[in-house]
Amino acid sequence: MASSYNAKEEDGHVAVPGGGTIQNKKPDNTAFKQQRLPAWQPILTAGTVLPAFFVIGLIFIPIGIGLYVTSNNIKEFEIDYTGTDMSSPCFNCSQSFSWNSTRPCTCALPFSLEQPFESNVFMYYGLSNFYQNHRRYVKSRDDSQLNGDTTSLMNPSKECEPYARNEKMPIAPCGAIANSMFNDTLDLYYIDPNGTRIQIPLMKKGIAWWTDKHVKFRNPGGNPNLTSAFQGTTKPINWRKPVYELDTDAENNGFINEDFIVWMRTAALPTFRKLYRIIQKKNNMTPTLPRGNYTLEVTYNYPVRSFEGRKRVILSTISWMGGKNPFLGIAYITVGSVCFFLGVVLLIIHHKYGSRNNTADIPN
Amino acid sequence: MKMSITTSVSPSPQFYCRSAPASALCLNIQVQSSLAAVFAQALCHYPEGDPVLFPVAAHDFASPTPSHHTTGTPPALLHSCLLSRSLRSPSVWVYVLVTLPFPRDSDIILLTEVYYGSVELNMGSLLSQLGLECGRKEVKEEERHLRANDRELNLSYKYADNAIKTSKYNIFTFLPLNLFEQFQRLANAYFLFLLCLQLIPEISSLSWFTTVVPLVLVLSMTMAKDGSDDINRQRCDRQVNNRKVEVLIDGELRSEKWMDVQVGDIIKLENNQFVTADLLLLSSSEPLNLVYIETAELDGETNLKVKQALTVTGELEDSIEKLANFNGEVRCEPPNNRLDKFTGTLTLKGETYSLDNERVLLRGCTLRNTQWCFGLVVFGGPDTKLMQNCGKTTFKRTSIDRLMNVLVLSIFGFLALMCLILAIGNGIWEYQEGSKFATFLPKQEGVNAPFSAFLTFWSYVIILNTVVPISLYVSVEIIRLGNSLYIDWDRKMYYPKSDTPAEARTTTLNEELGQIKYIFSDKTGTLTQNIMTFNKCSINGKSYGELLDFSGQRVEIHEKTEKVDFSWNNLADPKFCFHDHSLVEVVREGNPEVQAFFRLLALCHTVMPEEKEGELYYQAQSPDEGALVTAARNFGFVFRSRTPESITVVEMGELVTYELLALLDFNNVRKRMSVIVRSPEGKLTLYCKGADTIIFERLNPSCSKLKEVTTEHLNEYAGDGLRTLALAYKDIDPEYMEEWKLRHHEASTAMDEREEKLDVLYEEIEKGLLLLGSTAVEDKLQDGVPQTIEQLSKADIKIWVLTGDKQETAENIGYSCNMLREEMTEVFIVSTNTAEEVRKELQTARRKMRPDGPEEPTVTKSRSGLFCLLKTETVADEPVDGEYAMVINGHSLAFALEKDMEMELLRTACMCQTVICCRVTPLQKAQVVELVKKYKQAITLAIGDGANDVSMIKAAHIGVGISGQEGMQAVLSSDFSFAQFRYLQRLLLVHGRWSYLRMCKFLRYFFYKNFTFTFVHFWYGFFCGFSAQTVYDEWFITLYNLVYTALPVLALSLFDQDVNDRWSFQYPKLYAPGQLNQYFSKRAFVYTLLHSGYSSLVLFFIPWAAMHDTVRDDGKDIVDYQSFALLAQTCLLIAVSIQLGLDTHYWTSVNQFFLWGSLCVYFAVIFTMYSNGMFLIFTSSFPFIGTARNSLNQPNMWLTMLLTSILCVLPVVAYRFLRILLWPTINDKVRYKVRQDKVLPPAPRRVQARRTSTRRSGYAFSHAQGYGDLVTSGKFLRRSPKSRPALFSQTDSPLAQTQPQFYRTISEREEPPLSSWD
Repeated sequence: MASSYNAKEEDGHVAVPGGGTIQNKKPDNTAFKQQRLPAWQPILTAGTVLPAFFVIGLIFIPIGIGLYVTSNNIKEFEIDYTGTDMSSPCFNCSQSFSWNSTRPCTCALPFSLEQPFESNVFMYYGLSNFYQNHRRYVKSRDDSQLNGDTTSLMNPSKECEPYARNEKMPIAPCGAIANSMFNDTLDLYYIDPNGTRIQIPLMKKGIAWWTDKHVKFRNPGGNPNLTSAFQGTTKPINWRKPVYELDTDAENNGFINEDFIVWMRTAALPTFRKLYRIIQKKNNMTPTLPRGNYTLEVTYNYPVRSFEGRKRVILSTISWMGGKNPFLGIAYITVGSVCFFLGVVLLIIHHKYGSRNNTADIPN
Repeated sequence: MKMSITTSVSPSPQFYCRSAPASALCLNIQVQSSLAAVFAQALCHYPEGDPVLFPVAAHDFASPTPSHHTTGTPPALLHSCLLSRSLRSPSVWVYVLVTLPFPRDSDIILLTEVYYGSVELNMGSLLSQLGLECGRKEVKEEERHLRANDRELNLSYKYADNAIKTSKYNIFTFLPLNLFEQFQRLANAYFLFLLCLQLIPEISSLSWFTTVVPLVLVLSMTMAKDGSDDINRQRCDRQVNNRKVEVLIDGELRSEKWMDVQVGDIIKLENNQFVTADLLLLSSSEPLNLVYIETAELDGETNLKVKQALTVTGELEDSIEKLANFNGEVRCEPPNNRLDKFTGTLTLKGETYSLDNERVLLRGCTLRNTQWCFGLVVFGGPDTKLMQNCGKTTFKRTSIDRLMNVLVLSIFGFLALMCLILAIGNGIWEYQEGSKFATFLPKQEGVNAPFSAFLTFWSYVIILNTVVPISLYVSVEIIRLGNSLYIDWDRKMYYPKSDTPAEARTTTLNEELGQIKYIFSDKTGTLTQNIMTFNKCSINGKSYGELLDFSGQRVEIHEKTEKVDFSWNNLADPKFCFHDHSLVEVVREGNPEVQAFFRLLALCHTVMPEEKEGELYYQAQSPDEGALVTAARNFGFVFRSRTPESITVVEMGELVTYELLALLDFNNVRKRMSVIVRSPEGKLTLYCKGADTIIFERLNPSCSKLKEVTTEHLNEYAGDGLRTLALAYKDIDPEYMEEWKLRHHEASTAMDEREEKLDVLYEEIEKGLLLLGSTAVEDKLQDGVPQTIEQLSKADIKIWVLTGDKQETAENIGYSCNMLREEMTEVFIVSTNTAEEVRKELQTARRKMRPDGPEEPTVTKSRSGLFCLLKTETVADEPVDGEYAMVINGHSLAFALEKDMEMELLRTACMCQTVICCRVTPLQKAQVVELVKKYKQAITLAIGDGANDVSMIKAAHIGVGISGQEGMQAVLSSDFSFAQFRYLQRLLLVHGRWSYLRMCKFLRYFFYKNFTFTFVHFWYGFFCGFSAQTVYDEWFITLYNLVYTALPVLALSLFDQDVNDRWSFQYPKLYAPGQLNQYFSKRAFVYTLLHSGYSSLVLFFIPWAAMHDTVRDDGKDIVDYQSFALLAQTCLLIAVSIQLGLDTHYWTSVNQFFLWGSLCVYFAVIFTMYSNGMFLIFTSSFPFIGTARNSLNQPNMWLTMLLTSILCVLPVVAYRFLRILLWPTINDKVRYKVRQDKVLPPAPRRVQARRTSTRRSGYAFSHAQGYGDLVTSGKFLRRSPKSRPALFSQTDSPLAQTQPQFYRTISEREEPPLSSWD
């Protein structure tokens, strides 16, 4: 056989004169080039799929139950104080709202808690139908300005338009988000069984993300005197007082005012709640909010009637999974059950038709 | 009675127009024919376009009855009207197919190819007559005129100099030009449009970088590639332009750069130099002014070709003085791209000499075996034929490409619909809510609700653009490139004997390899090796070559059969083998007929001898010839050397030199060749060999008896599948010869109708021949052909063989490669001569196969393509009981391919398992392919190795070239090439299948991940006031396709395989899904769409519900926009990653690494981007500071992700499990089996070295026109040959690089086991 052709033909190439290398175009024998890489080739068989379904079912249902129970243990109390109803104490305030009024309108809403709130209680305000996630709204801010950048302070970003300047003066903080900051004041009073009103102390610090408070938001210029730091700027149009008068506490004033920071973290959905105050647990003996009657006193500054918004106050305790939301628990239970059920159905089908997949009938 | 036809088309056709519209071109072709009627079809081929076929009216010619051998038949005229598609096309090809409708004339179908370089000119004048403006500013060169050594005159014509420029750009034009080119692509232009939209602040819903980053990445990648290509081209140009050549200037030779060479210069070339420009050869160092050139760069053929200078210029030799005074004037055709045609005249001292292709050296060739030569520059630089041939290549597109175009278009429609819904939503929202919400979000000035809706529409166009991602196109290109590289790298498609690996010459057609439904194969060189072995012969009525035992029975010849010992002949080729001893004995005894037989074989051919290291090698144009000359050599008639005027032969050890008086070369019409030689004794003899039918027509009546016996032998040989030739000779009267020579000289110098005149002369002298006998040459099948064909037919691929061979040969080959089988129900043979009979036979066959079938074909008419502009008609496949085959000959095929019968042909042929078309012309090959392509809407593949397959290779969806013995034209025009036919099964069943699978998986997954991504935005629109707010972080949008999901899906589409290659061979049925377009179709696309819809619902509404009114575990905010975005995008990424995992069948470490790596990169990137540092440096670009830290530590975030992932995957797993359980596909079954057995599949059957079976191939004469012209032309030289023993004397001949001919069976050795390499 070999003698029927000469070696030169097999090599295909003649040696280069001068003892050069013989070129050979034979491809390399590597697993990669020959597409022989070692590989794991899983396929969906009854042996893997059915147990997986049962296991998922068995894991999901307990998790779901746990989540549901946890969520149910959270105590939550919600009170709507929009004041659109004639009967509502805040009806007058909501009707007679005007941006320019100097006299604040207040209203008091009595309510009673059927159950005591044991641990720390979180007080939220909730707004509905408020499109904080509208594109034009979301982008209407200047993060540089809020971060204390002095140039941005004086020259707010274009994104802030039309709330960048007011009568040639730069607005600090600029933009529609800041301009529309929630400015109702909410106070909570416990009505003693003997009729005295006891104001419940509300903590206004510690309600914003640490990163927001310490990194994202900074007052300009490192100047402890905020009044001079904000010199040359003007307050947002809707605000009653400038940003450096939001609080008396220097640690909670200006851009790092936590109410302001919380507001600036825009919500993802048009119905949202934002942390307003924290009611700290006093001691282990008495509940934070005992059973009984309360009054919520609202300084009604924030108009929502025009866009059919609602304002709520929510008192809630929390658990390891956050606030009250039964959805996850229910969803887990449902999915787990569906999985289990599907597993059973597939098992039956497999038993009935599984023999179909024999390999004898592969057409060759 | 056989007819002969001498048909040619006059080289300078006249065009005239008879009341034709301006856009039409009337063509008047003269056909000099001895026949009464000619049916003709002409095929017009524009350089940049598909061929257009148009009918030419059948004409009756001057003489009403067939008269043959008459010389004075008036030329017949074919009138045809070419519908000129574009008046500006520089040149038009016209193929004229002439079919002669006479009985027993099945041979006479020929294709004449005419090239009208002067069409432009004629059309130009035509147009000016009609008073139309051509629109062309430059005056087209009509004729080239130049004078040697007269730069002033030549420069006045402003001909291009010899500098070439193939690069497209320079430093300044690169950026604008390249960008301009890139933005012509739809995808890029679309993204530019998006970018412009984003610059409008009212519309911009995304930051500029989301579009700019991918666009810049894609543009810069392409730009880098284009740039480096162009730099290479520039470097190449510079190198070529700066090559030095010796130019004769002012009476002395100066070394000049190539780019400074002007038309009209005389230059000197030396051995192994590249030819500088298109030159008119003036003189050379070799005898008879011959030069040898290699044209590898021009047409890829590595064998040497010979060119010869005119005697009158040859006399200049290397005398500088004479050359400097040479002032010949050349008039010739304008620059064109025809490599094998050149017409012109040289005027010197008042005499005019005609110039043809033999006198011209083309740029791109290399001078070999020639010490020096002088040439006159005729065409320089861009005008050279090499550069004129560098046209644009048309790109084939795959069906997936076309489907993708349609899909992308419908995606655009879908996008518009989504945007419209959201825009309307926005309008309503603005009207109902937005106006009231103005307290906190003031309305933009001058924007009312409808206008806001309008703006929102465009904003959403920007946001939802991810449904048509720019990266899709880039990825598709990468995947195809990768899969092409696998083909290049495949060791199992590497042919060690010629050191040829398989080559994917086109990298854009891979997935179509997995969808082939029809294969059109050439026979010679494709199914057969095209290696000829001299097997048998019949001399003077006695047959030799059979081995008979004592009882007179045939003995089967096998490897061990004793071979004839040729050691008595020291010039014998040791590789030659023959088994019949009697022939040697007879020849050594000195039998005159046998000696004359071998003398003829040693003399009558155009083989070039080459002596290398003391051994004799032959350079043959066709392997048949080589085999015959080698046979003569071994039997003692050794062809030693030739000059144009003599042939030196060693006859039984004695050196004899014959004077070569004339060489009447072979061509496809003549089907014979002759030489006229004068022996040393002064005897004049004409030796002729040719196709039996042709020779028998020209025999002296005295040999009728011998003819009968020989015919019997010939039939026997043909039955054995051998290729046969008849040999004859004739003694010539010297006086007649003198007279004939004179006329021959006249005819061969005639300016017009030269070929016709010569043909007539040849016809005249090749008469009254005396029969010597016949030869039989075996054409061996390639290894593994039957097995491959069996495998491919198991994969439901239909194989049609289209061959130029005659019916018996084709049938025999069909049997030997398992295409035709004895157990087939019926083999229909269609070989009739009238249209009606053909129709009848086709109908009969069809009715037999399907008696209850409808008479009319079921045709599905549909519209497809972009904007549904493409009308398609699909003929349904018809089921047939039993196995049938059809053999149709070229003549019948010509009728069957007519418009009114093609449907009949198609239906009948497609019912058959096997179709063999014999005696087909290249044009018909292409027509058959086009027919199937047109009405079957199936993917076709054409495979072939020769120049005659080029048309078919170009017509089919995929062209495969066999890099074999017949030169490189087929390979050069093919999309894939390899050395052996049997590699086709690996190309299709393994590479094709995988490529298709991967591409489909890629597309399905890619659309899935992008639709899912995008639909979430759609749902979010309902919760953000349709304000075009994004769900995700803008950086996520930017990087999603480019970084987070790019590599895993690429790994999927580069590594995935359902089962390995051995199983693919084991179960060829695995190929079927590709043919049926099952993996990716409009239907699959809709499923993907629905799947994405479901996933996106889960991915939006589960987080939405889970996060609704939720807070962190410390009571702080978590439903803020940024946390929600993070949650949504993380859920999405995890879900699509799991989906990818489900789709991956073949988990290599690379897949794992890319998948996990991408997820890790995602988390790394978000933690980096949301870090304090990034925020403090780029405050406005990274506002998401702290989101990752504050959200991802919340358990309910992770619980939500788990829930969404499970919900996304659950239905898919359940559905797939059920599908495998209840309706398993072949893939599922095989994969299950692979898993169950856990064993390797049986190794592919070893290819057995086949012994010849009883049924084998038969043959006809086939080879290309030989060196005859050259050898003949030498006869008219006055100069005596220099005293050189052989033409090829140099031992360092580059011929060493070309393959010597070998005429033995070669069976491929198996690859040695790997261990032996270690």
